Amino acid sequence: MQNKQMQSKLKSLFSSTENFRELGLFFFIVLISLIIQMRNQTFLTLSNINTLLINGSILSILAVGMMMVLLTRGIDLSIGSTIAFSGMVSALTVSAYPSIHPLVSLLEGTLIGLGIGLIIGILVSRFNVLPIIASLGMMNVVRGMTFVVSGGRWVSAYQMSDGFKKIATGTFLGVNNLIVIAVVIYIAFYYFINHTRTGRQIYAVGSNPDAAEISGIPKKRIICLVYVLMGALAGLAGVLWVARYASAQGDTAVGYELNVIAATVLGGISLSGGSGKVSGLALGAILFAILNNALPLINVSPFWQQAIQGLVILTAVVVNVIVKRRNEYTALVRRNI
Amino acid sequence: MKRSVIGTIILLIIVSFVIPFTLTAQAAQEAAGERHAFVFKNTGNPYGEKQMEGFENGIEEQGFEAILRAPDLPTAEAQIKIIEQLIAQNVDSICVTANDYDALEPVAKNAMQAGIKMFSADSALNPASRMTHVNQADSEMIGRTLIQAAYDMVDGAGQIAILSATSQASNQNLWIEWMKEELKDPKYDDIELVRIAYGDDLRDKSVAETEALLRTFPDLECIIAPTTVGIAAAGLVISDKDLQGEVFVTGLGLPSEMAEYIHNGACPYMFLWNPIDVGYLAAYTATALSSEEITGAAGETFSAGRLGEYEIVDAGDEGTEILLGPPFKFDIDNIDEWKTVY
Repeated sequence: MQNKQMQSKLKSLFSSTENFRELGLFFFIVLISLIIQMRNQTFLTLSNINTLLINGSILSILAVGMMMVLLTRGIDLSIGSTIAFSGMVSALTVSAYPSIHPLVSLLEGTLIGLGIGLIIGILVSRFNVLPIIASLGMMNVVRGMTFVVSGGRWVSAYQMSDGFKKIATGTFLGVNNLIVIAVVIYIAFYYFINHTRTGRQIYAVGSNPDAAEISGIPKKRIICLVYVLMGALAGLAGVLWVARYASAQGDTAVGYELNVIAATVLGGISLSGGSGKVSGLALGAILFAILNNALPLINVSPFWQQAIQGLVILTAVVVNVIVKRRNEYTALVRRNI
Repeated sequence: MKRSVIGTIILLIIVSFVIPFTLTAQAAQEAAGERHAFVFKNTGNPYGEKQMEGFENGIEEQGFEAILRAPDLPTAEAQIKIIEQLIAQNVDSICVTANDYDALEPVAKNAMQAGIKMFSADSALNPASRMTHVNQADSEMIGRTLIQAAYDMVDGAGQIAILSATSQASNQNLWIEWMKEELKDPKYDDIELVRIAYGDDLRDKSVAETEALLRTFPDLECIIAPTTVGIAAAGLVISDKDLQGEVFVTGLGLPSEMAEYIHNGACPYMFLWNPIDVGYLAAYTATALSSEEITGAAGETFSAGRLGEYEIVDAGDEGTEILLGPPFKFDIDNIDEWKTVY
C-alpha cells in the first residue's frame, strides 16, 4: 500500500512537466560546471562566480523583458540598438553635467527605452505590424539615431563622473550593484508574472490569442505593454552597459538581441508563445553567463569556442524538446486511463 | 533642293567646328574641378570619421572636391554599390578602406578601366585591384615596438599575454607574427608569452577574456592588446580590480578611451597612428595619381603637403604601398592634448 503511494508520488514528480524541465536544465548546468572545473581549478572560486554573475546580470535583465515578449508570440530585435541609444544619451548627459545623480541617469535611460518600446508596442498592437518587422525597423531607426545624437563620436571613461561608473562597480551590502539590480528585477518579475492579473493575462494572450480576446482580456493593451516593459528594461540595461564598460560607442551591443533570445529560449521559453517559467529563465541566463565566462578559461582554440557555445545551446534546446514531447505523451496516456 | 543640300553641308561644317571646342571647354572645366572619393568601411566609426576628415582637408587645401562615402554596414557588397555609383559619376580617383581584400576586385578593375585611379588606405585591396596602398604604419615596426614596450614594462622578465581582435583579423595576425619574431631575440629569453586571447572586438567578450587571463595566469605582468576595443577592456579590468602596478597593458588604443587608464597607471603608454594623417596622406596620393606624377610603382616619390616626402615601396603581398611612419606614442605627458582629438 505504502509502496504504491510512493510510486504514484514519484510518478507525479516526474510527470510534472515544468518541474522536470527545470531539473533537467539544472543538472545540465551542474554537469557543465564540473567539466569546466576539472579543466580550470579557478572556475568555482567565489571571486570568479562573482565575476560571472556581474557579467551575466545585464543579459539576464534583458531576458526578463524578452520572456514577456516571447510569451505573447512576439519578438523584439531592437534591444541592441536601444541599449546603444539609451547608453549614449545618458553618457552624453553625464559628460555635459558631471554632477548629475546616478539615479537620474538610470531613470533617464529607462524612460528613453520605454519610449522606444511604446512605439514598437503601438506598431504591433494597433497597426498589426508583425513584431519581427516592427522591431527590425526600429532597430535601424534607433541605431541611426545613436549616430545622430553622438555625431559619430563616442564617450570615453574620462568623460564620465565617478558616480556614474559606480553604478556598475559599486556594491550594496557587499554585493555588486549590477547583481543587486538583476535580483530585485527577478523577484519583482516573478511576483508580477505569476501573481498579478496582468501577468497571467500575458500567458493567456500568448497561448490562445482568440480565446483571450473573447474572454474579455484587453489583448491589444497587453501586447503593447510587453514591448513597453521590454523597452524600459533595455533602456535601463543601456545605462548599466555604459557604466560597466565605461564607454559609449555608436556600435555598442550590435547583435546583442540574439544572445538575449538564445538565453531566453535556453531557459525553456517557447518561441511559439504561452509557455515558460521565471525559474527556467534564470537558469537559462545563468547557463549563458557560464558559457561566456568559462570558454576563455578552459583554453580551447578560438575556432572551437563559438562552435562549443552553439553545440551546448543546441543540446540544451533539443533536451528541452524531447522532455516536453515525452511529457505531453505521458499526459495523453494518463487521460486515456 | 540644291540649296537645302548646300545648307546642310554648311551646317555640318559649322557643327563639326563647334563640337571640339565645346568638348575641350568641358574637359578643361573638369580638370579644374577634380573630384576625389574616399570610401570608408562603415558609417559611425569614430576612427573612420577622423580618416575622412584628414582626406577632406588634404583634398580641399589643394583646391579640389572631396567626396566622402561609407556604407551603413561594413560589408564588401555595400562598398561595391558605392564604388559603382562613383564610377558612374566619373570621379578622378577612389580610395577605399576595403572591407574585403579580394571581393572588390571586379568593381575595382571596372573603375580602373574607366580611367579612375583606384587605390586603398588603411585596410588593403589585393594588388590586382589597386594602384598602391596607404598603410598606417609598418607592420613589422608595430609588432616589434609593442614587444619592446612590454619588455620595458615588465623590467625584462615575466609573463606576457596578447589580447587580440578576432582570430581571423588580418592586421592583428600580421602584427602578432612580428611580435613572435621579435621575441626570438635572446634578449627576451626571460619573457614568456603565455597565451593569445581573442576578444573579437566586442566589449563584453574582451572584458571576459581579460578576466580569464588574469585568473588563469596569476603571475601575468603585461597584456599587449593591438586593438582599440581590447586595450580599453584590459585597462578597465585592471583598474576595476585595482591591479595597477602589478599588471600593465599596452598596445594600440584610442587616446580618448585610454586617457583614464594612462592617468591611473594601468597603461604606462600605448601607441596608435594618427588617422587624420592616414586620410591626409591618402588625399595627396590621390592627387599625385590623378596628375600622373606617380603610377603606383615602387621607387616613385611624391610630396604630401605638411607630411613631407614619401616613397612608394614594395608591400609584402606583391603590390606596392606607402608607409605613413612609425606608430605614435601616447603617454601621461601628451595624452591630455590628444584625448579630445580622437
